[in-house]
Amino acid sequence: MNALARHRYHRAAPVVLVLLLLALVTGIAAAVSTASSADAATTTADDAAEGEKLFAANCASCHGLDATGTDGVAPSLVGVGAAAVDFQVGTGRMPMQASGPQAPAKRTQFSQEEISQLAAFVASLGAGPAIPTAEQVDPELGDAANGMELFRTNCAMCHGSVGGGGALTQGKFAPSLWETTPTHIYEAMLTGPQSMPVFNDANITPEGKRNIIAYIEAQDAGSPGGLRLGAIGPVAEGMWGWLVALGLIIASTVWIGARSS
Amino acid sequence: MGARLDAAAAGTANYVDERTSIGGFVKFFARKLFPDHWSFMLGEIALYSFVVLLLSGVFLTAFFVPSMTIVTYDGPLATMQGVEMSEAFASTLHMSFEVPGGLLMRQIHHWSALLFTAAIVTHMARVFFTGAFRKPRELNWLVGFTLMILSLAAGFSGYSLPDDVLSGNGLRIIEGVFRSIPIVGEYASYWVFGGEFPGEILIPRLFTMHILLVPGLILVLIALHLFLVFLHKHTQYPGGGRTHKNVVGLPLFPVYTAKAGGFFFVVFGIVALVAAVFTINPVWNYGPYDPSPVSAGTQPDWYILFVDGALRLMPGWLFDIIPMEWELWGYTLSLNILIPAVILPGLFFGFVALYPFIEAWATGDRGEKHVLDRPRNAPVRTGIGVATITFYVILVMEGSNDIIANLFHLSLNDLTYFFRIGIFVLPALAFWITRRLCFGLQRKDRELVLHGKETGRIVRHEHGEYQEVHEPLTDDERWILVSYEDIAPLEIEPEFNDRGVRRKGYRWDRFKQQLSRIYFEKRISPVTPEELAEAQHSHH
Repeated sequence: MNALARHRYHRAAPVVLVLLLLALVTGIAAAVSTASSADAATTTADDAAEGEKLFAANCASCHGLDATGTDGVAPSLVGVGAAAVDFQVGTGRMPMQASGPQAPAKRTQFSQEEISQLAAFVASLGAGPAIPTAEQVDPELGDAANGMELFRTNCAMCHGSVGGGGALTQGKFAPSLWETTPTHIYEAMLTGPQSMPVFNDANITPEGKRNIIAYIEAQDAGSPGGLRLGAIGPVAEGMWGWLVALGLIIASTVWIGARSS
Repeated sequence: MGARLDAAAAGTANYVDERTSIGGFVKFFARKLFPDHWSFMLGEIALYSFVVLLLSGVFLTAFFVPSMTIVTYDGPLATMQGVEMSEAFASTLHMSFEVPGGLLMRQIHHWSALLFTAAIVTHMARVFFTGAFRKPRELNWLVGFTLMILSLAAGFSGYSLPDDVLSGNGLRIIEGVFRSIPIVGEYASYWVFGGEFPGEILIPRLFTMHILLVPGLILVLIALHLFLVFLHKHTQYPGGGRTHKNVVGLPLFPVYTAKAGGFFFVVFGIVALVAAVFTINPVWNYGPYDPSPVSAGTQPDWYILFVDGALRLMPGWLFDIIPMEWELWGYTLSLNILIPAVILPGLFFGFVALYPFIEAWATGDRGEKHVLDRPRNAPVRTGIGVATITFYVILVMEGSNDIIANLFHLSLNDLTYFFRIGIFVLPALAFWITRRLCFGLQRKDRELVLHGKETGRIVRHEHGEYQEVHEPLTDDERWILVSYEDIAPLEIEPEFNDRGVRRKGYRWDRFKQQLSRIYFEKRISPVTPEELAEAQHSHH
């Protein structure tokens, strides 16, 4: 007890403590990361089997037990790849809640582990695009100016000039991209979900895709001009001009025009 | 101190007056009477937002470069770094991100442009629904109408100046509209754009139009508009003692000068507030003009939106069998553009401009009108006004069909089909409903005049009868309800005189009579003094 108390006031004690703390933190981090990489390495073996069970319980009623689809109801999933599953299930679009013009994004129904298992199962049915790595979708590594030009030529006609979303035919729509994670944006370009065309690596290179992600993420900073009214263009501006600006001014004419009685 | 100040002020005034004789003018203007009502300030909103436009516009011209020379961007905006763009676009980015206060000034300018056009339309609607366009003010209606058209020209030319993708798409549509005009269209397009679209001289030309030609014309016409208001004297709402031969109101000085002067700062303040809080026309999102991309949500500013809506509404094939684009002798006739973007706006604006004359034919009245109508007392006019607004709003909504479809999860196609039928049905329905409402309100007014206001007080008579006590109207209240004119349909002379010779000008008279019947065949007449006396007699 005395020895410990004495050493607590040793000059080197803070340094030792900081070093110990660092060792603890890095040790835990290393343990966790090796554990997860070990997981990733073993997904295909166990998880495809787990995924098949999940698939039979949640997806097969439409896509069929062998995932070859049902005419007029659901497409075949052979060869769509893990990226398609990670996007569709990860954004809550699948399982679809009701038939309609298009499956809307909603609360995710599965944990990330279950999604990975489903993805592993579907990927085992036939070769398809894989889930992109963290580096492939890192907006920090992208060039937003190049992304702006690519976005304008390839994406803006449906998603709007800054990805605020827009309408398509017959009740279909291109959703807003502001809440979508970089991985899901990348997967959408790669797999072309629902009405969206596929932008394979020959259309837009992986670097180009990352630049687009950088451009979309740059919108998170908001508009330098203030609130952006949904960033859907002059219709919203016109409506605000009438309702807010003219509305406030007409209210003040009534106030000014009122006699003090 | 006070005495010295007074002496100095008097001395200055005297100095100026002795050299300009301005005292007489000041006296005249200061004593000019104006009736009081909040709706008379709508035109003032347009005037003040125009002043704000001039002030902020002068600031913007100090930094804008009206040139289509291509430069490479090198500035603080990361998403534009190294992008090729015209100098016009680059200078717009420069003034937005590098000039202190530049973005706020741009936003003030653009918001006040939206407000300017909106205030003009609101002011026109007030003039229309109250019948303020009647003799002697028909010409001033035309001056105001021209101002409205000029405001659209000012807005559109300014919207196009930054040379961004959004406005470039708008110009491309305008080019298509020019080309749809038979025979001269292509020449007109080449003439305006100085060759093939987009060319290299458009921005400088639009700049001259936007900062010199159009504002100059607007200033001259505003002067004429206000001069005519002074000359005609202001109209007044019906009320005790107000006739077509007098003006009941307060002198311009001091109350109105204070109110109007203060109101300018209210308008400027609200525009500045909105501009400080809300982004408008973020050209940095749209990027420099390039003819290939068109993004979702591509629309013009609200005042041109109705043309976009008409274009979206127009089917390419009528009933899926009659094509709207014809190849005639090697030339293309694009009815699908010509009808919605040239003929329809032409007819629409033509109708608006000529309306005072159309109504004058129907009434056949040649007297001067200085007391305004309450909208209910002109049921057909009010109906026509509401139908016109409905027609316009449908076009605006069709112009925003993608936004509406996306926002409310509707089918874009179904919306367009709905509006294609609605453009014919809904204005007619609006006319009918409005006219019915006006008749209903007029009947209610008659009821009020004849029987007074319900008090909710029930009395029992000696013989057991229960009766609610009605309180008679005051003279002022009654004046407002009965002072409107009871116009009967026109009576015209017969087609043939007693010798069987056909009268010249009969057909024109016959047309006016038919028009008059549409207006006045069915009408609710105001309570006459005899009716009132009889009603009061039967009450007691």
